[in-house]
Amino acid sequence: MAKKHIDEATGVETVGHEWDGIEELDNPMPRWWLWSFYACIVFAIAYSVAYPAWPLIQKGTEGVLGWTSRGELAKDIASDQARRKPILAALAATPIERLPDNPELMRAAIAGGKAAFKVNCVQCHGAGAAGSSGYPNLNDDEWLWGGDLKSIETTVIHGIRQPGDAKTRTSLMPAFGRDNMLTSQQVAQVTQHVLSLRGKGKPNAAGAQLFADNCASCHGPTGQGSREFGAPNLTDAIALYSNSPEAIAKQINTPSHGVMPAWGQRLDPATIKMLAAYVHSLGGGEDFQEAAPEVNNTPAVETHGQP
Amino acid sequence: MANLDPSPATATAAHPDKGAAAPEHRLYAKREPVFNRRIDGPFRRFKWFVMVVTLAIYYATPWLRWDRGPYAPDQAVLIDLANRRFYMFGIEIWPHEFYFVAGLLIMAGIGLFLVTSAVGRAWCGYACPQTVWTDLFQHIDRLIDGDRNARFRLYKAPWGPSKIARRLLKWAIYLAISFATGGAWILYFADAPGLMRDFFSGNAAPVAYATVAILTATTFVLGGFLREQVCIYMCPWPRIQSAMLDEKSLIVTYKNWRGEPRASVKKAEKNPGQFGDCVDCNQCVAVCPTGIDIREGPQIGCITCALCIDACDRVMKDIGRPRGLIDYATLEDCKREQAGEAPRPVWRSLMHTRTLVYSGIWAAIGFAMLFALGTRARTDITVAADRNPPYMLLSDGSIRNAYTVKLRNMQNRPRDMKIALDGLPGAVMWTDDMPREKAVRDLIRKVPADTTDVVRLYVVAPEGTVPQEYGFTVQSLDEAAETDRSDIRFEGPETSQ
Repeated sequence: MAKKHIDEATGVETVGHEWDGIEELDNPMPRWWLWSFYACIVFAIAYSVAYPAWPLIQKGTEGVLGWTSRGELAKDIASDQARRKPILAALAATPIERLPDNPELMRAAIAGGKAAFKVNCVQCHGAGAAGSSGYPNLNDDEWLWGGDLKSIETTVIHGIRQPGDAKTRTSLMPAFGRDNMLTSQQVAQVTQHVLSLRGKGKPNAAGAQLFADNCASCHGPTGQGSREFGAPNLTDAIALYSNSPEAIAKQINTPSHGVMPAWGQRLDPATIKMLAAYVHSLGGGEDFQEAAPEVNNTPAVETHGQP
Repeated sequence: MANLDPSPATATAAHPDKGAAAPEHRLYAKREPVFNRRIDGPFRRFKWFVMVVTLAIYYATPWLRWDRGPYAPDQAVLIDLANRRFYMFGIEIWPHEFYFVAGLLIMAGIGLFLVTSAVGRAWCGYACPQTVWTDLFQHIDRLIDGDRNARFRLYKAPWGPSKIARRLLKWAIYLAISFATGGAWILYFADAPGLMRDFFSGNAAPVAYATVAILTATTFVLGGFLREQVCIYMCPWPRIQSAMLDEKSLIVTYKNWRGEPRASVKKAEKNPGQFGDCVDCNQCVAVCPTGIDIREGPQIGCITCALCIDACDRVMKDIGRPRGLIDYATLEDCKREQAGEAPRPVWRSLMHTRTLVYSGIWAAIGFAMLFALGTRARTDITVAADRNPPYMLLSDGSIRNAYTVKLRNMQNRPRDMKIALDGLPGAVMWTDDMPREKAVRDLIRKVPADTTDVVRLYVVAPEGTVPQEYGFTVQSLDEAAETDRSDIRFEGPETSQ
């Protein structure tokens, strides 16, 4: 190493290594390069002083400028909240059945509801709101308790069979089998009748009579269901649990009852309106029927969705 | 030979010797300034021509107007990042048509292979922005400080009022050119006259000022001061381009078998037949913008600008020897010439397998793009099916699928478009802003000019419909009647229970 190797062609010293016959000249680097390097060092030191840089045992250095990424995030959140404020205020001031009159606010509500749904609702209803056995599908056009904006909002606020909420929507189906109100043979007959309502089983007179005596008070004489009791429509293609004979017999013997939290105790009214608007928008939402026919509530088709 | 070089100082005096100056070890090397001499000749004139054309294109293009009707900008070349459109004269590129830009980049790449394999580092020597602006700044140097020797004297002179004044004037001109360079760049990204007004009234976006500031600074430093250092130390391009050269490429070559050994004209006259054609006048070194000696052979600092050919040819003419001691030549030609064969014409050197293959590929891509450009429709439909849930059973047993449909109207006027279901018997559709009762097989949307209309569509098919392929078609309801189709799968229960 101590020996100097001078390259013959250029007269420049080599660094003394050789790779497959290739040697490296020990040319000095350009001066501007050196100064750029020093400038980088100076910048790094200045940056370390000005900004959070070095991890220590308890916490990192803070930097004299006081900037943190956490603080930046807080600022972003604050500015976003400020941006949302007028929308939330407008939502709070608008009765939910009036939302469709303001398409812009409705769109904002649906977007906000989509986000809130992902946080609060997907655990039971699924990410696509398609539900699963026992958890209603919110995309279809069957509604146990009503599918207009107002009904959905009421369901979200008070929940279903939620203890501690006086206005919660509640109904209990008797356990006809377990409580010996029907014999197992009778249960089988009613099951056959319910299947026949969907055109899947043979009608039988005994089952029809049992249905009229025990079930029609809630599910209606033709099995069309009742939103007053949250009683499912037994004649349509949609089943909350399943349309198999076993599932129907089980529901008659020992019924399951879903429970939904009363979100009015946890979420603010504006968020609940957004959730209702989102659920309503999924494709099965129903028009709100005015109780009193004094207002003509037909939205002009032209104003809808035209940019 | 008094007419050989009118300047009194010899070249070696004006150019500090580089090779022999490193006996002691230094950590860094001071930049040796290059005072390149003015020269005239065919290659210099070609370099002028390229410089004027490229700079004119660069500065003037944003100001060209192009009438696109009332709904689109009237700037001929505009990269509208905010609205994600790229306008180039009659061509408008949407983001999904970015393959045109990709195609242009590929053509540029293959074009570079082609040019490099044919004439070496012509990009470096004539068209590279660093070369063009450095050349421009070197002309400013000559204008303010004089030619090579005057500049060298001024460089060595102590600082005084005259030197300071000259330097300040020169740097001010550098800065003005740099500012114009940075300023022109941003004009490609917004309406040029409007942006110009906003810029000077302080109303332009901060990014505009930042971009101009950065480009002004880099042009000033790279063009005004670093110059050949960029080519030798910073730029990876010379390494890449050199690797594309082969023995069939035309490069600037010193024909040492003809030039060596060197001797002055007088000495050569006294000893006929003993010396080569090179008279060691150093003119090739004096005119070189990167300060190299081409007689040391092909090297990284050579940008193939051929100014040394102009210089050498002039000297050869003056002393009555044939031109071309330094010339564009392929390594194959060199061998041939060295062996005493006649030189081949330039066009023969240009035509070899590699250049022909590259030309073929390049032209094929170009024609394919032109064809695609000529036949592309300005109406487009894309359909994205909801994945979660894939389908929905409705209370009457029918099956509903939901889609997000994008209708693109790529023309500069609003158009009515008809979307229709193609296939899937019995199915109807409706949008989220119309009642289901009014579901239809086809519906008409008014799509504004130059816009993508996003429609949420529900399609419902009768109970028992099995999963199957079908499609959406769109037709513009105007005289063009452009159509497009998007195939999609209808999802449903695999078996009806």
